[in-house]
Amino acid sequence: MAAPRQFSAQVEVLLRDGIADPQGATIERALPALGLDGVTAVRAGKSFRFVLAAADDADALARATVVADRLLANPVIEESVVTVRPA
Amino acid sequence: MAPRIGVVLFPGTNCEHDAVQALGRMGADAELVWHGASSLGHYDALVLPGGFAHGDYLRPGAIARFSPVMEAVADYAAAGGPVVGICNGFQVLTEAGLLPGALQKNRGLRFLCTTVAVRVERADTALTDGVAVGTELSIPINHFEGNYTCDAATLAQLRDEGRVVLRYVDNPNGSVDDIAGVCNAGRNVVGLMPHPERASDPLLGSEDGIVLLAALLRTAGATAPVT
Repeated sequence: MAAPRQFSAQVEVLLRDGIADPQGATIERALPALGLDGVTAVRAGKSFRFVLAAADDADALARATVVADRLLANPVIEESVVTVRPA
Repeated sequence: MAPRIGVVLFPGTNCEHDAVQALGRMGADAELVWHGASSLGHYDALVLPGGFAHGDYLRPGAIARFSPVMEAVADYAAAGGPVVGICNGFQVLTEAGLLPGALQKNRGLRFLCTTVAVRVERADTALTDGVAVGTELSIPINHFEGNYTCDAATLAQLRDEGRVVLRYVDNPNGSVDDIAGVCNAGRNVVGLMPHPERASDPLLGSEDGIVLLAALLRTAGATAPVT
């Protein structure tokens, strides 16, 4: 097996569709004060970045997904999008 | 013998002494249990009190769920031991998967610190044993993330199985179906956002919490230690 390499991971966590997002709704209601029309579907979430050691892209994605699913997102109300790239 | 109640203390918990004091004054032998503990079998019941376990970083309860004691709490619950999570303790129990659903930010994004009326919906759980269904209690809430949320299938299951333990009379936080407290399928694990320990003396403005704590002590007295 190849020596582990460093990967940068990014996890974006958003509330699932259908779960009320009062923060996103409040931000959306504030937008007209900017004089901008047509900005809709605002959603507020969290973004996490970390560096991890993995054998290859697939391994890095699998490991980062464990971090996302087990800790960073609560699957009852949230969904996560995981991306990795060589550091 | 007085029932032995373990009150679990995480770093950042802040309602543990209120719980110990309220239960102690009612005749229980209540003591604090550090979150590093791994043996809980000698208790007759456990309370996960309110506060901000591990700073509530990430999500309330998200880090506390990995505290060493939670494995012992899960074993204790699986063996039928009574476990009650109050406020942050409720959030910890949902994050740990011992209770369904999740507590998200209050509708309106306000931290709520007020006294509310809740209605007892079940008389057959660890926290409401023998309490007449329909009893209304005046009990404080103190939370930002108390908005109980679950998917439609889970809600249907909770209703069908009679696992909604408490409902708000006037929903303060947007909780689905006015839910203030739920229990697990075994009815021995109960979580609620209101703080019964803060309504346990006339000086506190209400003694209604004693109704629930007394039910817990009855349950504890009727439950053999789970070792």
